[in-house]
Amino acid sequence: MSRKSPPSMVWRSIGQRLTLLLALIAAVLAVLSWWMVSSFAREAAERTQDNILVASATTIAEALRSEQGVIRLELPYSAFAMLGAIGEDRVFYRVAADGTVLTGYDDLIPPTLPQSPSDVVVSTLEFRGDPVRMVTVRRTVLAGQQPVPVMVSVAQTRAGVAEIGLGLSRTAGLLSVAFFALAVGLSAFAARSSLQPLNSFAQAVTRRGPSDLRPLRRRVPDELEPLQSSLNRLMERLGQSIRRSEEFIAEAAHRVRTPLATVRAQAELALHTVEKDSEREMLRRVIRAVDESSRSASQLLDHATVSFRADALAQERVDLGELAARVTASLRPTAEMKDISIRLDTAEDALVRGDAILLESALRNVLDNSVKYSPEETEIMVSLTRDEATWRLMVRDNGRGFSGEPLPELTGRFRRGRNVEKIVGSGLGLTIAEEVLQAHAGRLELSTPENGAGACVALILPAA
Amino acid sequence: MRFLLVEDNAELGEAIVARLSLDGHAVDHASTLGEARDWLAVAEYDLMLLDVMLPDGDGRSFLRETRTTERLPVIVLTARSQVSDRVDTLDLGADDYLTKPFDFGELEARCRAVLRRRGTPAPTVIPLGTAQFDPSSGTLTHAGESQPLRNRELRLLEVFARNQGQILPKSQLLDRLFSQDAEVSENAIEVYIGRLRKRLSETGVQIETVRGVGYRMVTP
Repeated sequence: MSRKSPPSMVWRSIGQRLTLLLALIAAVLAVLSWWMVSSFAREAAERTQDNILVASATTIAEALRSEQGVIRLELPYSAFAMLGAIGEDRVFYRVAADGTVLTGYDDLIPPTLPQSPSDVVVSTLEFRGDPVRMVTVRRTVLAGQQPVPVMVSVAQTRAGVAEIGLGLSRTAGLLSVAFFALAVGLSAFAARSSLQPLNSFAQAVTRRGPSDLRPLRRRVPDELEPLQSSLNRLMERLGQSIRRSEEFIAEAAHRVRTPLATVRAQAELALHTVEKDSEREMLRRVIRAVDESSRSASQLLDHATVSFRADALAQERVDLGELAARVTASLRPTAEMKDISIRLDTAEDALVRGDAILLESALRNVLDNSVKYSPEETEIMVSLTRDEATWRLMVRDNGRGFSGEPLPELTGRFRRGRNVEKIVGSGLGLTIAEEVLQAHAGRLELSTPENGAGACVALILPAA
Repeated sequence: MRFLLVEDNAELGEAIVARLSLDGHAVDHASTLGEARDWLAVAEYDLMLLDVMLPDGDGRSFLRETRTTERLPVIVLTARSQVSDRVDTLDLGADDYLTKPFDFGELEARCRAVLRRRGTPAPTVIPLGTAQFDPSSGTLTHAGESQPLRNRELRLLEVFARNQGQILPKSQLLDRLFSQDAEVSENAIEVYIGRLRKRLSETGVQIETVRGVGYRMVTP
């Protein structure tokens, strides 16, 4: 029946799905922001190094002098001091006039040379095994009357820059992780709060009684409006179909029971005019057959009602005392026909939780059995007693009893005792009672009184 | 007693009328709610027997309508046997409820129970010799002392009281007294005859045995 490969856990819950989606977006944003922040930081660090290198080279260039046609240079300390600002990096320099190195490292050769004094060449290259950043500026110094172009190059290794970049990037990473964590929390909250109307809607539907098919008139978000209106349409159709089947049952019962009633009434009338014993016996058989079919129909209907209502058991407060009084009163005229008296010994506030209709069905079936199987001029005792956490509604008669059969078997469907003789019955009475009690977490107890006469049926229900 | 029967099925209605008439009751038969309203406007009844499914409407709404104006006791005759229907019907103000098909003995017992519960004054007291017999309360009053009768004694006495001087066959009395699903021998009737004779011993009323046929009540 169930489909193979169920959808992954994630898609079973809209809340999880929403949270995950929002978290995923947050993750992408966090990574993106980390990447952007750290690359900006690296760029900023590099630019700072470049600016300092340019300043350093310019300072050196400013110190160039010409003395009697010879270009001289006294390296200013400040030019290197400012470079110390960036970490523990090594600094290289080279000052060359017209291709001749005046001072510095001979092998620090700029890849290209600036063409004008305003021109600055910045380059990255490998020097003595380390990557370095190099800046070259150009100055023209008058040696005698001769203008001589002097190239001042200053280079610095990049470890400091890398370290600063790394530090900034680490901070950015930590911030991103924090941002992500916050975003996940907010996503879960957002998912829950946006699903809240759905949950409360579901609760409103769940809280309804089994027979409450009125349309839902809740204020719901627009997204839930289609769900609410289609639920309402479904309930309307359900209500219609329940009404139709109820009408059908009523109609069917009417169609069957009215002619049966006619047959029974005519047969009873005929008994008053017919004299011959054999004919009278035939009429009695007709009447018995009518009674049997009518009784079976009632009990089958009762049984169907039990199955239907027990599925979605109502939880009303039912007063067993009132129920016993009502059922007893309604069966008293029937009992009186056989001069059977029904004694009722009731209790106050005998409250249980359940379906009043079903409980009445159960008691009615039990009491009806007793009236049916009791001999004339006897007494039936209906008593209601409290037994710790349960109520015990007991029907005790002085009838033929249970004839020594295993008692549990008597509640089986269509089972009847071996001693019923010609008494009309379908064998569903005790089954109905037992099913009702089971649905109410109670039980039906059959026993034979100590003196061995009659039957004792107890309906045991948990007290409310 | 006077009954109003509201039942649309003609055959069933006639059978009920015939059977109630046998017991000496007067019955008017309406087959629609409209007819029932007409009868109620012109006559007084002791009890109404009301079918709930009628061609011109639902007997239950009729019940609600009459409850507001009449104090007339109502027994609903219905084809619906479920407890929920019974509860609904009684909630609407019916005094009792009888599922079709029904035993006339039971109908009679329920009518009596309803009238007793309602405290309706006895419509007819039948004089029996020096005693007064009230079938609706089930008492026999003699010399200022009233004794309650058991149900079967009461029914048997009622049959005799309404058919004074007539010979009533045993088999017919048996049918009146016992429901058809019980297996009873004709001798069972003798027990009740014996009891009635005892109760009537000082009233001058006698129940004679007509050998081979049945019994006859003779009043002085």
